[in-house]
Amino acid sequence: MLGLNKKDLSLLLVVTFLALCAPFILNPFPTDSSLAQFNAGYPDLMQRFVIFGIFAIGFNILFGLTGYLSFGHAAFLGVGSYSAVWMFKLLSMNVLPAIVLSVIVAGLFSVVIGYVSLRRSGIYFSILTLAFAQMSFNLAYSVLTPITNGETGLQLTLDDPRILGVSRTESGGIPVTNLFGLDMRDTYEMVVGPWSFQFNNGYYLCAILMLISFYLAIRIFRSPFGMMLRAIKSNNTRMTYTGLNARPYTLAAFVISGMYAGLAGGLLASMDPLAGAERMQWTASGEVVLMTILGGAGTLIGPVLGAGFIKYFENIFSKINESVLHTWFGFMPDGLEDLVITLVYPFVGKGWHLTLGIMFMLVVIFLPGGLVEGGQRIAGLFRRKKSGDDANKSTQSTPAE
Amino acid sequence: MGILEVKNVNKRFGGLQALGDVNLSVAENSVHAIIGPNGAGKSTLLNVLIGKLIPDTGSVMFNGQSVLGRKPYEINQMGISRVFQTPEIFGDLTVLENMMIPIFAKRDGVFRMHAFENADNEKGIVEQAEHMLESLNMADARHDHSASMSRGNKRRLEIGMCLAQSPKLLLLDEPTAGMARADTNNTIDLLKQIKEERDITIAIIEHDMHVVFSLAERITVLAQGTPLVEDTPENIKGHPKVREAYLGEHA
Repeated sequence: MLGLNKKDLSLLLVVTFLALCAPFILNPFPTDSSLAQFNAGYPDLMQRFVIFGIFAIGFNILFGLTGYLSFGHAAFLGVGSYSAVWMFKLLSMNVLPAIVLSVIVAGLFSVVIGYVSLRRSGIYFSILTLAFAQMSFNLAYSVLTPITNGETGLQLTLDDPRILGVSRTESGGIPVTNLFGLDMRDTYEMVVGPWSFQFNNGYYLCAILMLISFYLAIRIFRSPFGMMLRAIKSNNTRMTYTGLNARPYTLAAFVISGMYAGLAGGLLASMDPLAGAERMQWTASGEVVLMTILGGAGTLIGPVLGAGFIKYFENIFSKINESVLHTWFGFMPDGLEDLVITLVYPFVGKGWHLTLGIMFMLVVIFLPGGLVEGGQRIAGLFRRKKSGDDANKSTQSTPAE
Repeated sequence: MGILEVKNVNKRFGGLQALGDVNLSVAENSVHAIIGPNGAGKSTLLNVLIGKLIPDTGSVMFNGQSVLGRKPYEINQMGISRVFQTPEIFGDLTVLENMMIPIFAKRDGVFRMHAFENADNEKGIVEQAEHMLESLNMADARHDHSASMSRGNKRRLEIGMCLAQSPKLLLLDEPTAGMARADTNNTIDLLKQIKEERDITIAIIEHDMHVVFSLAERITVLAQGTPLVEDTPENIKGHPKVREAYLGEHA
């Protein structure tokens, strides 16, 4: 079905199920319990999961397949966001034209950067992309202030023309983003006993686009084009001497991943209509590299897992502060409590990067294939156990005869 | 006139005359070996033939067209396939995928954006690749990762990948270097079999005299960047100039 084989189709179905039921799955703890702070089922965070999932899926098409490590993909994310906000300022608050424009602009931008950067490979390619992204960041921050509004960031105002919409709502406020009248901000709250599940329009738009992106990525992975990209990663010399020009293949992969990043940027702006230069900074580029490697570069599901993992840690771990720790370890004797809190404190709250760094190192050293490899190893353990049991059974049955 | 014509080729690296007035003609459907002691310029000549180096003077014509200044992938598309000294295959890919890629390249040219077709549904390509693997006795290994194969099998696969494109000229750069005797003999047998089954020209650069004398129909001896003699294997064996080049003047 859909041109996929059984295994890929079931993967797509699992991801679809997870994405559509996320408001339930990410909200396992009752609202007033002490574990409620580990709930991730609120719209803002869920949107981030899927939007950065899209970003990482796209990045993986370039890095996972061709092995070209770009350190500048945040530039495309930022360009996408700026384009979307400009669309909201000039045209209307409908997210569709904004998203379309952000993908197109990011695509054009990546053609230019890719054309230049792909003249080199390996570390030189990475450095070139990094240089371009930092250049874009600094331009957005200073010289291009008329377009990007500098360090304040691009925001909507009451004087924006919005030709096909209204400059201000009847109540005098700035209109909100919508999809043909469906407000992105609208959230339906379902209360079941002590639980409260939130269904947000914006999240579902992002989730559906993520599923489409994921489906397209599977098709690319399984296509002859995807095979050529893997061939480039494996042996560029043989590729060239087999009569294939690697340059257009890598450029196509670069542009596709740039467009994915543009889509993610457009969606970020659609959910919250502002765009700042910091979105293009190299730390943002580094983050998507971390997501992809942490989840498993070159695998289909890995980048989505990595994105979810990092965004969850960023939002949940960073919220744990000293007073939360005190409630956790309150049962301990005073001296011990203070000691434990002193030891744990650097890893949570503002120090969550330390936890992330350690996790990343552990994954890279012990699971070079990322979280996906971890999952495969666990599955492998179970399978071996099962086949071991079968073997035992057969040896037991033989002497009975 | 041969399928490959090298005329007055000179190549200088600083003070070193790597190739001096090389003239070489490889006849169509022949097996032509180029031998010579270390530093004779064999590798430089090969790099000129496949477009990696541009000579200072002279011309290299393949099938009536000049190969000079063309990119390696263009030269491949003209009908020259190259086998490397250390087997160059796609190690991360399966054996079958390794075989499919050259067939794609032959059919689709240097670039085609076929991102939404399923590679497994390309029945024609898969069939051709499987057929080729069968003729190499590698069909059982088709889903193995090619990096895990023995060196002899990697060489076999590489030669097969070149043949899958039905090239007019197959260039081999020391195809048995670093191989065990058994693997060397297998490679010789494979090349003999290829020669019998196909209309193909084979140019081979080799150190191992055993390989050269079991395969070649013509031999060119290169010494200090210049062709010394060109003759049949029987005549080369006893040629005084060749002995001198290999063993030194007083031998």
